[in-house]
Amino acid sequence: MHNDSIKKTVGVALAVCLVCSVFVSTAAVYLQGIQEKNKHLDKVKNILIAGGLYDKKADIQKLFSEKITSSLIDLSTGEALTEDQYTDKLSPKTFDIKTMAADNQLGKALTDEQDLAGIKRIPRDMLVYSVMNNGTVDKYVLPVYGKGLWSTMYGFIALSNDLKTIKGITFYEHGETPGLGGEIENPNWRASWNGKIAFDDQADLILQVLKGKVIPSSPDASHQIDGLSGATLTTRGVGKMIDFWFGENGYGPFLQKMREASSNG
Amino acid sequence: MANKYKEVLLDPIFNNNPIGLQVLGICSALAVTTRLQTAVVMAIAVTLVTAFSNLAVSLIRNHIPSSIRILVEMTIIASLVIIADQFIKAFAYDISKQLSIFVGLIITNCILMGRAEAFALKNPPLISFLDGIGNGLGYTFVLLFVGFFRELLGTGRLFNIPILPVATEGGWYTINGLMVLSPSAFFLIGLLIWALRAWKPEQVEED
Repeated sequence: MHNDSIKKTVGVALAVCLVCSVFVSTAAVYLQGIQEKNKHLDKVKNILIAGGLYDKKADIQKLFSEKITSSLIDLSTGEALTEDQYTDKLSPKTFDIKTMAADNQLGKALTDEQDLAGIKRIPRDMLVYSVMNNGTVDKYVLPVYGKGLWSTMYGFIALSNDLKTIKGITFYEHGETPGLGGEIENPNWRASWNGKIAFDDQADLILQVLKGKVIPSSPDASHQIDGLSGATLTTRGVGKMIDFWFGENGYGPFLQKMREASSNG
Repeated sequence: MANKYKEVLLDPIFNNNPIGLQVLGICSALAVTTRLQTAVVMAIAVTLVTAFSNLAVSLIRNHIPSSIRILVEMTIIASLVIIADQFIKAFAYDISKQLSIFVGLIITNCILMGRAEAFALKNPPLISFLDGIGNGLGYTFVLLFVGFFRELLGTGRLFNIPILPVATEGGWYTINGLMVLSPSAFFLIGLLIWALRAWKPEQVEED
């Protein structure tokens, strides 16, 4: 048959597509398990990094189970859920931000006014992690997410047990431009968050992510973060993410509960 | 015949380098060369994809209707790239996060399309496969060259192992920030092309 006949053209196109799709789907299906496991390990690793516990040589699963306790909290009240409130869909084991936020019952829509971080929906409950030291909480590691320039950025932010000081930040999933917005993963920039003051004595949020550099001599330097150069919109996204999650619709009620508990105790 | 195979395999490294002489595939050479580790993974991925896409195109070269030639090539290349991406995500997760979209962008790497069009459509499978490996090696050579200098001068490290004591950590070497930005790759590739053409004057184009 002539190569350029319509029959042959359609036939070759179909055959090529069929063969290619078989290869692609086989690879995708067979490797999915390993990829999911990698994703999980990476998340655990990021929780440890945010909590300042990560050690390259250690077994991260073991470290995680030894040092970190996780609890589900109701965002609107700040109360931790007790184990009898766990269901098949709602438990620390199965918790996944994206499916929870998308769920009709377990997630909720944000109004435009509330939605500072550009995320539209949030889970009603969040899984938060506590870094334990001799039986007391040393740091809280809180999952956060917000819209950057291109993508939703998922990460963790660690807050010291004084509920004021930032102890670390990491991002484990985002699609920002590598080299520009992607620098939110840069270890030096992330380290610059360490020790910054997020809340003042009146428990008002004072942490700011600037556009440009922090002037070290400025009296505000202790609660300001350098903007990433060449990534104004990503940086703004990070700032708004902080505003949202440390605000009344995010972890505000939870942090308030913790403050009351620590001042009473 | 053996000589011809050798020529096809080794020529693209210095004599007919895809980046150096043909000036193809520059884009990814800028993006993934800030660290040697990512450069190596990217180079391996491109080499394998080029080789197998050449092989596949060559196998069906006598049956490809010329009207949908490019589409068929793209489909094959795109599928191989997705498979490569899946493998990297499964077995080198950290690196896959650093390479992010650039693995997917191998699809648009001109080297692949260029070799499929210029070589695999006209030659038998084995030699086409070798041509793909060869051109991949040429690409690898440039990536490693650029990555070596960018990582060493930009961060004082090689494969993330500290080599030069960096000033911010108390050493004597002040890191060159330009090296981690894309323009430095242009300078390095420019210098490499200059060096190659000074060594092999026959590569210089006539005015």
